[in-house]
Amino acid sequence: MPEFIHLKIKRQNNPNEAPYWEEFKVPYKPNMNVVSVLMEIRKNPVNAQGKKTAPVTWDCSCLEEVCGACTMIINGNVRQACSALIDKLPQPITLQPLSKFPVVRDLKVDRNVLFEHLKKVKAWVNIDGTFDLGPGPRVPEKERRWMYEISRCMTCGCCYEACPNFNAKSSFIGPAPLAQVLRFNHHPTGAMDKEERLNLIMGDGGITDCGNAQNCIEACPKRIPLTTAIAKLNRETIVHSIRRWFAS
Amino acid sequence: MARKVIVVGGGLAGLMAAIKTAEAGVDVDIFSLVPFKRSHSLCAQGGINAALNTKGENDSIQQHFEDTIVGGDFLANQPPVKGLVEAAPGLIYAFDRMGVMFNRTPEGLIDLRLFGGVKNRRTAFAGATTGQQLLYALDEQVRKWIAAGKIREFIGWEFLSAVIDDEGICRGITAQDLNSMEIHSFRADAVVLATGGEGMIYGKSTNSVICTGSAAGAVYRQGVPYANGEFVQFHPTAMPGDDKLRLMSEASRGEGGRIWTYKDGKPWYFLEEWYPAYGNLVPRDIASRAIYKVCVEMGLGIDGKNQVYLDLTHKDPEFLEVRLGGILEIYRNFYGEDPAKVPMKIFPAPHYFMGGIYTDWNHMTPIPGLYAAGECDYMYHGANRLGANSLLSAAYSGYICGPNMVKYIKGLKKSADDVSGRVFDQEKKRQVDIFEAIYRMDGTENPYTIHEELGETMITHVGVVRYNDNLKMADEKIQGLMERYKRININDTGRWANDVVPFVNQLWNMLELARAITLGALNRNESRGSHYKPEYPERDDDNWLKTTKAYWTDSGPRFEYEEVDTSLLPPRARKYD
Ligand SMILES: Cc1cc2nc3c(=O)[nH]c(=O)nc-3n(C[C@H](O)[C@H](O)[C@H](O)COP(=O)(O)OP(=O)(O)OC[C@H]3O[C@@H](n4cnc5c(N)ncnc54)[C@H](O)[C@@H]3O)c2cc1C
Repeated sequence: MPEFIHLKIKRQNNPNEAPYWEEFKVPYKPNMNVVSVLMEIRKNPVNAQGKKTAPVTWDCSCLEEVCGACTMIINGNVRQACSALIDKLPQPITLQPLSKFPVVRDLKVDRNVLFEHLKKVKAWVNIDGTFDLGPGPRVPEKERRWMYEISRCMTCGCCYEACPNFNAKSSFIGPAPLAQVLRFNHHPTGAMDKEERLNLIMGDGGITDCGNAQNCIEACPKRIPLTTAIAKLNRETIVHSIRRWFAS
Repeated sequence: MARKVIVVGGGLAGLMAAIKTAEAGVDVDIFSLVPFKRSHSLCAQGGINAALNTKGENDSIQQHFEDTIVGGDFLANQPPVKGLVEAAPGLIYAFDRMGVMFNRTPEGLIDLRLFGGVKNRRTAFAGATTGQQLLYALDEQVRKWIAAGKIREFIGWEFLSAVIDDEGICRGITAQDLNSMEIHSFRADAVVLATGGEGMIYGKSTNSVICTGSAAGAVYRQGVPYANGEFVQFHPTAMPGDDKLRLMSEASRGEGGRIWTYKDGKPWYFLEEWYPAYGNLVPRDIASRAIYKVCVEMGLGIDGKNQVYLDLTHKDPEFLEVRLGGILEIYRNFYGEDPAKVPMKIFPAPHYFMGGIYTDWNHMTPIPGLYAAGECDYMYHGANRLGANSLLSAAYSGYICGPNMVKYIKGLKKSADDVSGRVFDQEKKRQVDIFEAIYRMDGTENPYTIHEELGETMITHVGVVRYNDNLKMADEKIQGLMERYKRININDTGRWANDVVPFVNQLWNMLELARAITLGALNRNESRGSHYKPEYPERDDDNWLKTTKAYWTDSGPRFEYEEVDTSLLPPRARKYD
């Protein structure tokens, strides 16, 4: 059993300063994960050289890999820190902030753009109001299962980090919202706004910006069938554009 | 200027309150620590209750009402609970129309499953991530309102205090931007706190780490009573862990999971033996006490540790995947074993606060214009909450709170815009002073260590089984921590995205609430629902059928008690055997 957990953390004081690396040695306990190690550091914020330092800043909330907050790059792979078990990681363990989003401080980044993209594609069922109108449409269980798979997306940003077509400068809407479009277009009520959503993803930064690298599906912690969803959506946009052409 | 509502909290309760307010034509600002999709509601696994009666079991609203009241050991005021259960089917249908991916029957209807403390299938569910699916649906609806300009979001902002004017009316809030660390005041004609639970007071719990209860503590210190604090639910089935006690939903038992340990070398299904009528599905307080007894008092925990088995291995793996996939994944990821093949090891963990911010039945606190809804209120669950009733109460309280605020605003003689700026500046200055004092803390104590000790104190002495001597000791210990608090060293004086300074502020609010919880428990010499004292093992309606109201004072909480409205169902013995 190792005596220490050896960490190398890429730190940055604020968006305007340059990043730097700092190393830590945290006493080993069994069954730790990256979040619990970061929590140990803040109880005793001293680096590997024995110097006092500021505790590391990072986001986390649920610690069960459902909220998506603690997403970071661990030993080169994008994943959630809470479910990154120390006993399974080679050391030294490197922690870096997501590279495709602006760093706020240390491992905390600003992922607001993810939610903006969901807004852009109108990822919702347009109900008239929350008043009681009785049950919604019936949904076959078989259909529900794949839609449920997609609706488990926690907007963590892993698929964006892995996608070669998304970066701070590109306008690509990204894999996750495209899967959402498919789901909402297939919900019986959501389908009423299908054409509008398809139009929205057929322009600049839309589905044609997907280069089919297929990295997203590998990176998704919830194993959402992103590539299948995008391929299916792609066929639907083609049908839609032909219809649009006939109508014009 | 438009008359405005501020919603603090982007969980189920907050988002529902915001939507209802926006639907009534009033502009809303929502403040939240995290993007709404990351609020704690998303951790809810098992489901949400409504007497839809679609399973041919003669379920009814009346039965849901009685189960809830009896489950809560008669401590809940009954008329609000009646409103809750009556609205439940309509609420589920609204969620259904929003596109929530509830599991379906072969006919495409919403499927229902069994939960604890009931005999009919009443729980709608979306796999084992029901809270996530409900929260996402509201998040999507709110996004629609944001796109329409009716709702604005303040993400990464922490509520610090209510702004209360010279007449004692709430006129807005102060809040801190957790990146720039700036503190601002905001005007509003009505404010609702929908800030969720307080699991962090117990250090480790099933809750998300953002569930500190700090907002509730802040308004408690501003004069709002904290009600029924001593009623803390321990969920019987959580995975023991160093950083968090991860929940294994009651749905696992609803779908057939069995609890057992070894006795005389053979599996012993103690819940089934002790409670033949409800078996593994007795209410949580009862199951937790039974597990505690088996492990702590009888020494029969698995491997001699505080743990027993929760066993699903007799179920079909595909059935388990479709109905419980979300929690199986958590167990596999964090424990490395497959619950379909090996029984899970579990032990009770702090889970839910039946108590909370005191409000009237319209969800308004004694400070006019300040409301509370969701887990942070105290309204619906009495002395013990039934499983799958709190997603319901969170959604429902937001659902009625929105229109109640709109009505209140219409009756106001003076709007927040007409209130002197001095009122806002003063409250802001008070908060800035508090934070400047925190920045200057350069003692020797570490705030996270103090927090850890608070958790240990609470879980050891204010837990499943309570003794008056221990409760007294716990209060002394908390006061000791409050002394040590003054000698904190914050280790980080940065003025940008500083995590430590807000935590130190939250920690004080947690300590204050911990005292209200502990002393509330010390005072209540009876056993009712989740509050169990071997020295007073019976429920005592003559003396204790009343709501606890703790008022903050300089020298610790002062207690008042209030009659409970039992006008609809006369109290009777609570039996599950
Ligand atoms: C693991 C787990 C499983 C559960 N399963 C079920 C279940 O199956 N069925 C069921 O009915 N119930 C379940 N519950 C209970 C249920 O999830 C919660 O009671 C409910 O979701 C609470 O909702 P809420 O809106 O009140 O609070 P939350 O969802 O906790 O939201 C609180 C919001 O307030 C914000 N906030 C908090 N403090 C501040 C502040 N100071 N400033 C600004 N914003 C702030 C947060 O950012 C968050 O957005 C479960 C609970 C847990 C822990």
